Amino acid sequence: MPRISVTVDGIRYDEEVEPRLLLVHLLRDRLGKTGTPIGCDTSNCGACTVLLDGRSAKSCSILAVQADGCDIVTIEGLSTDGTWHPMQRAFHEEHALQCGYCTPGMILAAIDLLHDDPDPSEETIREGLEGNLCRCTGYCTIVRAVRRGAREMSRDQEGAATS
Amino acid sequence: MTEQLDAGVAAWQIKESDVLDGREVGRARRRKEDARLVTGRTQWTDNIQLPGMLHVAFLRSPMAHARITRVDTSVARTQPGVVAVFSGADFAAEQGSLPCVWPVSEDIVIPDHPPMAVTEVRYVGEAVACVVATDRYKAADALDAIEVDYEPLDAVTDMTSALDEGGPKVHEAGNKAFTWTFAQGDIEAAFRDAAVRVERTFVQQRLIPSAMEPRAVVAQTDGDAFTLHSSTQIPHILRVMLALTTGIPEHKLRVVAPDVGGGFGSKLQVTAEEVLCLLITRRLGRPVKWTESRSEGNLTVHHGRDQLQRISVAADADGRIRGVKVDLLADMGAYLMLVTPGVPLLGAFMYSGVYKMDAYDFTCTGVFTTKVPTDAYRGAGRPEATFAIERMVDELAAELGMDPIELRRRNWIRHGEFPYTTVCGLTYDSGNYEAATDRALALFGYDRLRAEQADRRAREDPVQLGIGVSTYTEMCGLAPSRVLGSLSYGAGGWEHASVRVLPTGKVEVVTGTSPHGQGHETAWSQIVADALGVPFEDVAVLHGDTSSSYKGMDTYGSRSLVVGGVAVVQACEKVKEKARQVAAHLMEASPDDIEFSRGEFRVRGTGTSRTIQEIALATFAAHDLPDGFEPRLDADATFDPDNFSFPHGTHLCAVEVDTETGATRIRSYVAVDDVGNVVNPLIVEGQVHGGIAQGIAQALFEEAVHDADGNLLTTTMADYLLPSAADLPAYTTDRTETPATTNPLGVKGVGEAGTIASTPAVVNAVVDALRPYGVRDVPMPCTPERVWRALGQARTPQRTDGGLS
Ligand code: FES
Ligand code: FES
Repeated sequence: MPRISVTVDGIRYDEEVEPRLLLVHLLRDRLGKTGTPIGCDTSNCGACTVLLDGRSAKSCSILAVQADGCDIVTIEGLSTDGTWHPMQRAFHEEHALQCGYCTPGMILAAIDLLHDDPDPSEETIREGLEGNLCRCTGYCTIVRAVRRGAREMSRDQEGAATS
Repeated sequence: MTEQLDAGVAAWQIKESDVLDGREVGRARRRKEDARLVTGRTQWTDNIQLPGMLHVAFLRSPMAHARITRVDTSVARTQPGVVAVFSGADFAAEQGSLPCVWPVSEDIVIPDHPPMAVTEVRYVGEAVACVVATDRYKAADALDAIEVDYEPLDAVTDMTSALDEGGPKVHEAGNKAFTWTFAQGDIEAAFRDAAVRVERTFVQQRLIPSAMEPRAVVAQTDGDAFTLHSSTQIPHILRVMLALTTGIPEHKLRVVAPDVGGGFGSKLQVTAEEVLCLLITRRLGRPVKWTESRSEGNLTVHHGRDQLQRISVAADADGRIRGVKVDLLADMGAYLMLVTPGVPLLGAFMYSGVYKMDAYDFTCTGVFTTKVPTDAYRGAGRPEATFAIERMVDELAAELGMDPIELRRRNWIRHGEFPYTTVCGLTYDSGNYEAATDRALALFGYDRLRAEQADRRAREDPVQLGIGVSTYTEMCGLAPSRVLGSLSYGAGGWEHASVRVLPTGKVEVVTGTSPHGQGHETAWSQIVADALGVPFEDVAVLHGDTSSSYKGMDTYGSRSLVVGGVAVVQACEKVKEKARQVAAHLMEASPDDIEFSRGEFRVRGTGTSRTIQEIALATFAAHDLPDGFEPRLDADATFDPDNFSFPHGTHLCAVEVDTETGATRIRSYVAVDDVGNVVNPLIVEGQVHGGIAQGIAQALFEEAVHDADGNLLTTTMADYLLPSAADLPAYTTDRTETPATTNPLGVKGVGEAGTIASTPAVVNAVVDALRPYGVRDVPMPCTPERVWRALGQARTPQRTDGGLS
């Protein structure tokens, strides 16, 4: 069996995996990282989104072996020292979740979206999150949350730059 | 950009800090639930890993209808990691029949519904065998090694021809499950000499509820008692029904709904997989888990809607509605599941909508087909009814050449007429259709949009503008046990709550509701904080586990707040009464002289007081209590309302339709809802938004499609079009508040309102855009292709029906 080494939320794991094992199953079943849920089997819903070397990726459409050597951040690794990431706060503040099943994927996809456009328009957000489905919210509050998260992240960055 | 987004922001601003005279109810509290959900510390059923746990995978029928002639599991048993393989025959003696608790008529046909098919399969996806293995991959692998021989039988896919004599049958008894009728007033007289009669047939397409969390089940036993974790909306009902189905005594069965990722009715079910996982764990003595894939779920989670509605309306020349006649075919699918036959009945009383009329006539026939059963999906029966009547009122307006708002004004129940008993026999306790409509018209800019529409029509602009109206009401808060009994429903509609005051003055609330996204932990905390005068943070809400919450009727039908929330209030009242006794004793006063306000018991006219926390501690110590006082403040309450609740509102939708491509774009959407008093405006807005999205999805995007052989073609999220953020507009929402008079909170329920309201608003808009072309209906979902086809029948602009110009 292939041997891989991945870092997940700051911890390194060396694992022997079947070549066909999906990354999301490695995370959930093997490493106990159950914060990342699965919503479909055709890479449509985005529930399983993680950050793979800093960019968002659907962990159900990647084999664990393909993630060899990668640095993975899941929703569980987003807070630092117990402080939520601004995007987590924004989702809470704007009531951008109901059942919360899509939320980990939404938050990580939103963070990735801001890499390319730190101040996205409503349209950019809606299009950027097209690969993440939510059945509960109707998306308006998610759009608001991403804009709030973007504002707070750029404020944090300015704060960091001036300090 | 900002302007665009602002259109989606509620007309009133939502701030948590808005202080409402110190009250919690009405405050936009951010949710307590969120902390675990935004950090991934969730408890989805599939997260559960137990020592020695085995994984179950099901082999499912590839045929819509067939006799099973042979199942050979011998090779599969030898596959690596396989612990057991079972076919239907293995369970035949113990699996019982999946329950249907709503036998709507005396002569209803309720076919045997084995959780695993034994001799015959009746829809694609029905379980025929299963593998139990050491991991999920191995279980799935071994399915390939099971051999099943089928002898194909004819599929039955069309409701209308299913009723023809001599055609293929789904069940021996035939394809008719029941016919149910209801009539009030003289319908013949209403239609005789009516100046206008309009008749239409609407297809309520089959929908797949698509909660984002696929179903999952974990079953375990210690050899005596059983625990079942399931992604369900109904842990309490499930416990009773599983006990009755499997023979496991109710007191030996614990059912837990941990975090549940949405339901929308699809998890209001007793499923084959829940029964079978219990049976497997009973046989093997080891914990088992089953988690469905999305494709498996699309095939096997019950579907929603699927009705064929023939509806006629008779009216006077001035637009006054005289009567409504409805003839409905409802596709049951292959079996009757938990409330399958009752779904159309939930709509039967809503075809009069907000309108007064002399007569009403309703007939519904439930039809078996070889498709997965239908059952509750957000709104269950009421969206169908509301769609039909709201579409018809727009059709009638076109027929009369009258503005659809004006026609509604002439017919609706006026504010001063409440309480009003409708032609269907329901008593609407309160409402103000004028207020909600006026507010909606103002937010929408109705006159301006009508002017733009006239301009585009005059210019023969290839992109036409349509305006759709929906002035809906619905009955929810399911609800009065006596009424449910009179409709032959198998259970009551009460709800239970208990309130426990801990020694330090913190409060635990145990509720019989079972939230899966609705935010009960937050809303119930707000209610208790006001009732007992304790801080919001000091309240914990326990739910969804029959070992902590032994009594409940769960969450569906927009019932949780109006029934369960009121039970919480009533339990708090009892707690307060007990605390008053203790307070009076400690302050050496008469209980009659004790005032309670904001958590303090005060002797009237003095400065002497005790806080509820002090009373809690004194009760715990029990050193100095009134004679004979039982040393606890805890109390519980079971509330059974006298009536349903009737939220209402006005939704307006403007749609641009490209007459060259058939493409539609929602330009603006305004919803003004009246859900009575509001406990948390943020949660209410969220429910409205999500509801509107699902209603729009039915209008424009979603449809479960089968081929002539009964194969579902929309098995994945790539084929079944759930709208994404890019497909949906921003919504402008506002509220009017007419308190319900039937419960002490004055609340009405909000879970389904948006879905019920929005579908007709959108379709009315699409049709309105195309009326000058002679289009009188576009079947749902109004995809570009369907719009284009509807147009194709009359490409040249022409004046029709006296439609608005
Ligand atoms: S689970 Fe990965 S996209 Fe749906
Ligand atoms: S919050 Fe339930 S799916 Fe998005």
